[in-house]
Amino acid sequence: MELPAKTFQVTRADLVRYAGASGDFNPIHWSDRFATKVGLPGVIAHGMFTMALVGRAITEWAGAPDAVVDYNVRFTRPVVVPDDDQGTEIEVTAVVREVTEDGLTRLEVTATCLGEKVLSQARATIRTAR
Amino acid sequence: MSLDPSFVGRTYPPTAPYQVGREKIREFATAIGATDPVHHDPAAAQALGHPDVVAPPTFPVVVTMAASRQIVEDPALGVDYSRVVHGDQRFAYTRPVVAGDELVCASTIEDVSTRGGHGFLTTRTDVSTVAGEPVVAVWSKIVVRGEA
Repeated sequence: MELPAKTFQVTRADLVRYAGASGDFNPIHWSDRFATKVGLPGVIAHGMFTMALVGRAITEWAGAPDAVVDYNVRFTRPVVVPDDDQGTEIEVTAVVREVTEDGLTRLEVTATCLGEKVLSQARATIRTAR
Repeated sequence: MSLDPSFVGRTYPPTAPYQVGREKIREFATAIGATDPVHHDPAAAQALGHPDVVAPPTFPVVVTMAASRQIVEDPALGVDYSRVVHGDQRFAYTRPVVAGDELVCASTIEDVSTRGGHGFLTTRTDVSTVAGEPVVAVWSKIVVRGEA
């Protein structure tokens, strides 16, 4: 079963807010000067911010913010966030791989930015029965 | 960048307790656009059986940051942080983190390898309450990029 796609807009302001909230102040997430110096195309989103947005999609699909029992991702490609009002977009889709007898649902998640996968091996297990 | 494989199995002493604040959970939830009242309103969280507001699934990275630093900044291991990129991340929860938790982190290096000139380091951090109740296990794999 495929779950309805969710799209998240990501702007520079979001990265600044996430840096403050998470305590990750690595300048590759806010300084073009620094990001390009270390060989990146520009400022990129925190991998953990992408993982958090995908986590939101998962809890929204689950219908419960406290339902996630296991969640893992591999970061495959940076999410470049241009310095304009639109920023960029991350699209998240998932398929249900398994529903176990003890009320666990296993999802396989896909996250893309500009048509390219930014995560691979993204999986979550959620508790469906309350 | 080559990392010393003899570090596999090394454990680090538990970090000082991290006090999970209600406002920190709200701030983190707001930063990721998580508007569910369970992250913001203690009454909504209590209605689901939690003592206080519930942290979003990736919030434990805030808690494990000091433990990660302990390893990445271990001079004996010698990671060049300016060359680090995040490889993999996993959370396995016994229960969600909630406001009021006082959490300690104990880390182990699970794997160290070098492939294609890049160093790979996998750590596991067990997050538990000061009373010893397990909350979440966090795995993180970082890649230390080799000089081109």
